[in-house]
Amino acid sequence: MAAHSLSRRHLLVGTSAVALGSLPFARARAASPLTVGFIYVGPKDDYGYNQAHAQGAAALKAIPGVQVVEEENVRETTDVQKTMESMINLDGASLIFPTSFGYFDPHMLIECKKNPKVQFRHCGGLWTEANPKNAGSYFGYIAQGQYLNGIVAAHASKSKKLGFVAAKPIPQVLNNVNGFLLGARSVDPSITVQVIFTGEWSLAVKEAEATNALIDGGADVITCHVDSPKVVVETAARRGAFVCGYHADQSALAKGKYLTGAEWNWASIYKNFVADMQAGKAPPNFVRGGLPDGFVKMSAYGPAVSDAARANADAVKAEMMKGGFAIIKGPLKDNKGNEIAGSGKAFAENAIELEKTNYLVEGVKGSA
Amino acid sequence: MAADTTAPALPLAEPVPGAPNRPPAALQARAWLARRAEVVAIPVGAVVAGFGLFSLFLLVLGKSPVDFVNLVWRGGFGSPFALQNSLQRAAPLLFAALCVALPARLGLVVIGGEGAIVLGGVAAAAAAQPLQGWPATLAVPLMALAAAGAGALWIGAVGALRAYRGVNETIASLLMSYIAIALSNHLIEGVLRDPGSLNKPSTWPIGEAFAVGPLPGLDVHWGLGVGAIVCLAAYLLTERTTTGFAARIAGGNVRAAQIQGLPVGRLVVGFTALGGACAALAGFFEVAAVHGNANASLNAGFGYTGILVAFLARHNPLGIMPVAFLLGGIEASSGLIQRRMQLPDATVLVLEGLLFLVVLLSETLYGRFKIFSPHLWAEKRETSNGAAAAA
Repeated sequence: MAAHSLSRRHLLVGTSAVALGSLPFARARAASPLTVGFIYVGPKDDYGYNQAHAQGAAALKAIPGVQVVEEENVRETTDVQKTMESMINLDGASLIFPTSFGYFDPHMLIECKKNPKVQFRHCGGLWTEANPKNAGSYFGYIAQGQYLNGIVAAHASKSKKLGFVAAKPIPQVLNNVNGFLLGARSVDPSITVQVIFTGEWSLAVKEAEATNALIDGGADVITCHVDSPKVVVETAARRGAFVCGYHADQSALAKGKYLTGAEWNWASIYKNFVADMQAGKAPPNFVRGGLPDGFVKMSAYGPAVSDAARANADAVKAEMMKGGFAIIKGPLKDNKGNEIAGSGKAFAENAIELEKTNYLVEGVKGSA
Repeated sequence: MAADTTAPALPLAEPVPGAPNRPPAALQARAWLARRAEVVAIPVGAVVAGFGLFSLFLLVLGKSPVDFVNLVWRGGFGSPFALQNSLQRAAPLLFAALCVALPARLGLVVIGGEGAIVLGGVAAAAAAQPLQGWPATLAVPLMALAAAGAGALWIGAVGALRAYRGVNETIASLLMSYIAIALSNHLIEGVLRDPGSLNKPSTWPIGEAFAVGPLPGLDVHWGLGVGAIVCLAAYLLTERTTTGFAARIAGGNVRAAQIQGLPVGRLVVGFTALGGACAALAGFFEVAAVHGNANASLNAGFGYTGILVAFLARHNPLGIMPVAFLLGGIEASSGLIQRRMQLPDATVLVLEGLLFLVVLLSETLYGRFKIFSPHLWAEKRETSNGAAAAA
């Protein structure tokens, strides 16, 4: 009898201890019913791709009832699968943004099947109807931003030679190079863009070398498409060249040499997705948009941008805000002389053909 | 070189003049144990000291070292999920570390394993194409062989440059690694590219049939099992064969080895090639068990973490296993530390760097502690003998 009551007392003490122990956790969960996980492939203060996403994540932290968990420098291998599982199992994440392109296949798809109740949205345009329904893609037409960069660059350039440091010759990058050239040529048809591919998304030494080589070759405005534009921007500004930014705002790195920049505005997409989740429904599976949708934005003009350049870029931007602006429109040839678009043919920003771009337009020096 | 810092083989039972009596087996075992204890105690002590220094670093940042250790435990070791997470991350490190540890037996510092991993992955993916339709039991080992061959060729070339041309193997392996990555990118984005892979250039998929699955009952792929077997084999090779013995002699003193007529050149090429083959197997498993094709994600930095693992394990293939598991656990918990303590990912790199530094410094401590000296125990033997004689 005594032994029995003792064991019951032990049991009571034990359970209350467990209850006490789990209390803060339970309270934390009750106060923040939606946990959103962000995974970055590089450091989140890289002045580039990852920082743009981290700024989007930071915008969510202000929303009541939302808790944001973040992890940076996550490799595109089983590491990212384990990170997603850890966010789901240990943090209770129900919406996850694996932001790097290489996270999608197979890593995110595997986790989608393992965790059917969790929503996954991936940056890029890879999702198709054949993929799980709790997966999805979002992306922006940032070539529009590079087109505006090109306009501003053309007004600032004296040598009429522009430089572009590019990572890999893939469709998204090629669209940006083409956009930059065509924007510049809309101002002055004699302008050329020299492009150098580094072959890697993040390779600081080669990016610095490429920037120096472009400037040595006479380029006086530089832009880029690499994960972290920091090295390119700083190197170019130090050499006295003007800079157009990419991914995020790099004006602090180039001071007076920064003209403008094509930036992501992921916060607008992330806020919509979170609002959907809080309303109890799944976010859309496939989202794309450009300047008119607020997915892409431009850095504020730097002090070196002339009034004429501002007026020109603002006018084109106003055109773009109406939607359906075609950067690639005929008659247009690639830099090997092949016809891309005949007279009267035009590809609006959402044209499916632009997903398969494998050419550099006439006026771009360099080969894909 | 780090490899020659292994405690010199002290004669255990020095023949005492005029004392024909051999030491009793128990005492001999104690002396043996004392010397082995040194090899375990110093690295463990170094790791603890590294954590101690890191705690100071955390305190300066205003973060709690206790929280940190708790989270490392929770994230890396404290649950079946955490354990499997750590083991999964340890798997490629086993192979990568062998690429450093095997040449280290010869006193060589090879740091270009990353290139062999990437190249091995590409070779495996390339080999899978002509093998389509073959039975997997035949094709998968052939893919592994193709990977190992590519890695052996690459790092073996570094060994050959060292042995026959006197080129510094550390620099050569690093530069060869860059070349391997550039070459792999060229192949992935060129002749081997699946035209359907638009924005993430990849080779053609190897196909479901050739995919390597998880270990039975675990959420960890076969790379872990094979990695452990390869570590064991490497241990037997270096510690239990005449070839391994010859390699250690050449690592200790090249001149002496040459005078003894040992084929130093062939040993150098052979051990570097074996190291390269091991690293390439990590690439093979990344392709066959994780990605299903070869792409730029192969270049994930395992080769560099492998250097750390090998040095922490003092280039002992058996030591590589627990060290890889420890580092796998630290990396697995890195995410939790970022999320719960709001510390950047670089925090874990600081810890790894401190550990590396302290372990390198601890190399100078071997033979400095009397407690580990077999002679101490030999003296005890003499005094006990003396006591016995007096009685």
